[in-house]
Amino acid sequence: MKLELRGITKRFGSLVANDSIDLVVEPGEIHALLGENGAGKSTLMNVLYGLYDPDDGEILLDDRPVRFDGPGDAVAAGIGMVHQHFMLVPIFTVAESVALGYEPAGRLGIIDRRTARKRVTEISDRFGFDVDPGAVIEDLPVGVQQRVEIIKALSREAKILILDEPTAVLTPQETDELIEIMRQLKAEGTSIVFITHKLREVRAIADSITVIRRGKVVGEATPDTSETELASLMVGRSVSMAVDKDPAEPGDDGLVISDLTVLDSRNNVVLDHIDLTVRRGEILAVAGVQGNGQTELTETILGLTEPLQGSITLDGKELTGTDVKSRLRAGVGFIPEDRSTSGVISTFTVAENFILDLYDVEPFARAGTLRPQVIQDNARKRAEEYDVRLRDVDDPISTLSGGNQQKVVVAREMSRPLRVLVASQPTRGVDVGSVEFIHKQIVAERDNGTPVLLVSSELDEAMNLGDRIAVMYRGAIVGIVPGDTDRDVLGLMMAGVPLEEAQAQAAVHRTALAAADDQTEEAP
Amino acid sequence: MTQATTTHRTDSGQEIVPPIKWRAPGAMLLFTLVSLFGFVLFTESGTVTTFRTATGGEVAEIPNTAVPTVPALWLLTVAMAALTAYATMRAVRREPVGWWPPAIFGAVFIIAFLTWVGAGATIPLTSLLVGGLALSVPLIFGALSGVMCERTGVINIAIEGQLLGGAFMAAVVASIVGNPYVGVLAAPIAGALVGLLLVFFSVKYWVDQIIVGVVLNVLVLGLTTFFFSTVLTENPELNQRFRLPPLPIPFLSDLPIIGPVLFNQNILVYLMYAAIILLQVLLFRSRWGLRVRSVGEHPKAADTVGIDVIRTRWVNPIMGGALAGLGGAFFTVGSGLAFGRDMSAGNGFIALAAMILGRWNPLGAMAAALLFGLSRNLANMLSTMGSVGIPGEFLLMLPYVVTIFAVAGLVGRVRAPAANNKPYVKS
Amino acid sequence: MSEHEDRGRPEEEPQVPEEPRGRADGDARAPAGAEARADGEPEAPTGAEDRADGDARATAEEPARGTRQPAPGPSRSAQFVRDLLSGSWLVTVLAIFIALVLSGVLIAGADARVQDAAGYFFARPTDMLGAAWDAVSASYTALFRGSIFDYQATSFARAIRPLTETMVFSVPLVFTGLGIALAFRAGMFNIGGQGQIIAGAIVGGYIGFGMNLPVVLHLILAVLGAALGGAIYGGIAGVLKARTGANEVIVTIMLNNIAVYLIAWLLTQPAFQQPDSNLPRSPYVEATALYPTLLGPPFRLHLGFLLMIAVTALVWWLVERSTFGFELRAVGANPEAARTAGVSVSKVIIVAMLVAGALSGLGGSAQVLGTEGLLTAGVAASYGFDAITVALLGRARAWGTLAAGLLFGALKAGGFLMQSTTQTPIDIILVMQSIIVLLIAAPPLVRAIFRLPAPRPGRRQRSVLEAQEVAAA
Repeated sequence: MKLELRGITKRFGSLVANDSIDLVVEPGEIHALLGENGAGKSTLMNVLYGLYDPDDGEILLDDRPVRFDGPGDAVAAGIGMVHQHFMLVPIFTVAESVALGYEPAGRLGIIDRRTARKRVTEISDRFGFDVDPGAVIEDLPVGVQQRVEIIKALSREAKILILDEPTAVLTPQETDELIEIMRQLKAEGTSIVFITHKLREVRAIADSITVIRRGKVVGEATPDTSETELASLMVGRSVSMAVDKDPAEPGDDGLVISDLTVLDSRNNVVLDHIDLTVRRGEILAVAGVQGNGQTELTETILGLTEPLQGSITLDGKELTGTDVKSRLRAGVGFIPEDRSTSGVISTFTVAENFILDLYDVEPFARAGTLRPQVIQDNARKRAEEYDVRLRDVDDPISTLSGGNQQKVVVAREMSRPLRVLVASQPTRGVDVGSVEFIHKQIVAERDNGTPVLLVSSELDEAMNLGDRIAVMYRGAIVGIVPGDTDRDVLGLMMAGVPLEEAQAQAAVHRTALAAADDQTEEAP
Repeated sequence: MTQATTTHRTDSGQEIVPPIKWRAPGAMLLFTLVSLFGFVLFTESGTVTTFRTATGGEVAEIPNTAVPTVPALWLLTVAMAALTAYATMRAVRREPVGWWPPAIFGAVFIIAFLTWVGAGATIPLTSLLVGGLALSVPLIFGALSGVMCERTGVINIAIEGQLLGGAFMAAVVASIVGNPYVGVLAAPIAGALVGLLLVFFSVKYWVDQIIVGVVLNVLVLGLTTFFFSTVLTENPELNQRFRLPPLPIPFLSDLPIIGPVLFNQNILVYLMYAAIILLQVLLFRSRWGLRVRSVGEHPKAADTVGIDVIRTRWVNPIMGGALAGLGGAFFTVGSGLAFGRDMSAGNGFIALAAMILGRWNPLGAMAAALLFGLSRNLANMLSTMGSVGIPGEFLLMLPYVVTIFAVAGLVGRVRAPAANNKPYVKS
Repeated sequence: MSEHEDRGRPEEEPQVPEEPRGRADGDARAPAGAEARADGEPEAPTGAEDRADGDARATAEEPARGTRQPAPGPSRSAQFVRDLLSGSWLVTVLAIFIALVLSGVLIAGADARVQDAAGYFFARPTDMLGAAWDAVSASYTALFRGSIFDYQATSFARAIRPLTETMVFSVPLVFTGLGIALAFRAGMFNIGGQGQIIAGAIVGGYIGFGMNLPVVLHLILAVLGAALGGAIYGGIAGVLKARTGANEVIVTIMLNNIAVYLIAWLLTQPAFQQPDSNLPRSPYVEATALYPTLLGPPFRLHLGFLLMIAVTALVWWLVERSTFGFELRAVGANPEAARTAGVSVSKVIIVAMLVAGALSGLGGSAQVLGTEGLLTAGVAASYGFDAITVALLGRARAWGTLAAGLLFGALKAGGFLMQSTTQTPIDIILVMQSIIVLLIAAPPLVRAIFRLPAPRPGRRQRSVLEAQEVAAA
């Protein structure tokens, strides 16, 4: 099916999220929609999927104008969407999730479970997905959840499939499998709109590329366009993709973790005998697909979770058994992985968020009483230093953009003398400008001699910043390798393959992304 | 990694021994000791406890059961000890205790308690159950209303108001028409109106659902009492006593014990059976139920497959309110009483607790509500019997104390529908 | 409401009628993101959902620079009028007005003369309207005379006595309301005011009538005892929530019921019963333990009123200015972030419930050591539940709760005179209270009823963008 968008405009109040966007997707084409966070990609796709009403413009399918009053209409017209944040109910089974909204039902509306299961197995078998229709969503790894979403779209006979940032949660090898699935779908005549901000992927799979920036189409490109060109189109200026940093000069051991084992409330092992050492003046990056224990590792270091066994020492002093506050006072800097749930309190003012973990120390409090003037002055000073754009430090922090909120968190944690910095996904959901700034700050902290433990599920970030990379898989460390290790080797390790085996495999089989890497390296 | 077993052999090849979970065996041990030192050792030997099961009229009348108190208590206590030992063994082996040992343990403990308090006297078992069920009816209807609302993501604190409104409406309409059945038809309207206000403010205007619920309770209390002290007092013919007649089901009502308890009831109770079964089946087996649950758990996901979230959140709480209104009718026409000030007397809040204890599940809510009703009736009965050394007030506290223990010990952090109290906003 | 308080609660006062609260789920927040209050939601959404914000928030910031429409430049005076009309105090006044109108309809409808006249409405409609006017105005006049100023009174003292009665009734309401408000700010819904009042009254009362102590010390000990009783009772819910996760709503409801039976039992015990009586009532509290009256007879106004104002100030400091208040508000707004910032969430929950219980216990002291002078089963009346609406109306702020408590105290005081001099039962007060709170919680509804303009959309946000433009330039 051919899809055409003409002059789509979507405003939110005074903000124009999509400014008369034109887009043509030919039948059986993989069309990449490239743009950085906040460029308006998701808004556009939500318009196409009937979730938002456009203020202007029209949608054409096979050259006939259509109007969607809701996702139901879009689905009926043959459009399927795999959202970046999966639209799956965690407590439902796979069969229920796929059936939802289109349930095969008999008398009294009782669902025909056999048919529902059959729907899943049929599609699952056709594409070799290996998904159990009886499994409960929340027990499934994200990669499998994504397949459930694809099954959901296909079970409704989607002719156009929208994939919104589908690779964010996958290992390179899983991404490769997804690419394979996309090619298979394409061969069967399905058109695919592939939304991403990752240049490498675009070049590896897209047939054609549309770049949008600040709500407008700024250019079309072909897969052989160079990454540098794509990047400058996407960001609007030339950007250096790599982080400027000198080689590390590691000193003494700072943070030493040994034999650390953590169980969750259901006695599942979430950290499995972890041994890690971060030396002063180096960045140890922890890579791995999200959900392999990274969250628990950082939370145990801060003291949010008590380990079953093992020790964590900072400059030789034992941390386990002490509470969060004393660890913060001992010099642990902590950038939490989820800013909105753990990093800031959205209803608190910017000034209050600047002292979220310093509220009871001099000079911000005296005799149990807060000192608003000192707190405000501190906020103004830090905002200046860290280039946080705000109107008034007494505004709620929710009035700031994601990037600026993250800068508040980074500024807060780095504003006190640190003995170790634990940074978890420090640039998630942040615009390119802020990413560069935050990366520079982290490197500067390292150069000050602070040991840095950086957790990132973005392999690029781990490779760019890490002096060494520890790869985690199912709660254990698969291996610790130098920062310049091959992407395919890291990818295989992220899937649990030990280092030597990974090296052997990677030498034989190159993934599409690594191949793109190779080309880039050869090109200049 | 699904179930905890003795040890984990993990990917790293090392063994991990998880800590023992002492909560269930610990609680069971405590109650076994209560039974041993509270019941067994403080009962005079030679006494006999009699359970009266006959009410007259059954086909096969079961004669009263008389048991020697002390040996029976020994037997029951040993059974408790055995169950405690089993639970301890499972815990030490890091295996989940499962649901049945605590359930059986609870039943045994209740029987032991009855045997102890009835030492040297007669426990009217059947009328205990009949009265307990009667006290449970409004609770069950109210809890079902809560399930209907909260499964769509709307918290229903207004159950109390819905019950009270139903009681008022049933009495007044029955009095006007002169027929209690018309009252039964009218009661749901009052409950539904309260449900309507609940969604009007919480779904349309995004007011915090808990606030709306609390305030609606006050509003309904104010309105019904206002009309009670003005219009109904000036016109007593508008507030008369009517009683729904019992409708014994042929044959079934003649069965011993369960006959008089379950099958010699009025229309409201039969409607309640139907509501429980229907709701349980539809919620977990039907298209409607799947959609409702998706709205309560992840409204955005429901929206993306074309389910009208807002409409569901309007319709369900109103229907739930109607159910609670029906339950309210039990206070007036269901019990043969005229309307009185604040008749629901906190039952709506107990229903709320029953729903949470029952984990947002119709059958679970029913079980919890029955527990309340039975224990309250037992306490009433014992406080009038006055044979026990415990003051009546303490017996009457018992259901509430048990609930606190249950919420703190057994249930702990329960999982409410994920979207509860989160308005759904579309552009 | 002061400027500071307005600032602290951006989510309370919706800025745009279509978006009354900046709350929504996941991507649906993108539009609200344009107002940039989108994430000012009271409940932090689940992590997964909120990560979508990368797109939404950055969208709000980045493209806006290029495409923002020029802000209209209304004149200063026009803007002032607009602010005035959209301000929260106006909504409050209008909500009270609507409540009076609706209650008036009920009063008229329940009036016998009005009902008679309605029988021949079409023949002589003025009869019914006249009767309705009479009924309503009689009731509301009585309400005013009973709560503020009795202009028919024979002496000045009698004329102003109603105002002091309002103050008397407000004391337990404000104390208990503060307890509920404080728990609210810590993210807990304390329905247990009723039980905590009873627990406080039991301990305070026992010290009052059961002990013989010197004059000042006796009162101090009795008041502290009441606070302690309430604190212990509230603390139970706090400890259970912190240690086992037991839902505080259920626990406090159950504790209310337990307290009712506890006091009923105590009042049958020799230590608590009047010596020569079989009635379930305690001996009278010794004069040394009573709150001294401030004005002398016929006024009942007692020292508890001044204590109430002092405690309100203390609660304000505790919540808004102390380091513990910072922890408390952090736990209430986002417990996960509070934990990450080194706050012990369980400590905050326990302490908050202890303090909340102590405040309600002081409410009990106002009853047993103030107006009642002895302990009965009905010592808490319905103050524990009324206080919930007081706290809601006061928006869980200390001074707001004080103001709301005075208002509801006035309604209560006036309600008694209204009930005794007209046909209108005091229960109409409950109707008024609930309508007021409902409407204040839904400002867009009030504005829609009166066709008021919406507040200027996203004033703050626009300025942020301007600042960014300046910075970018």
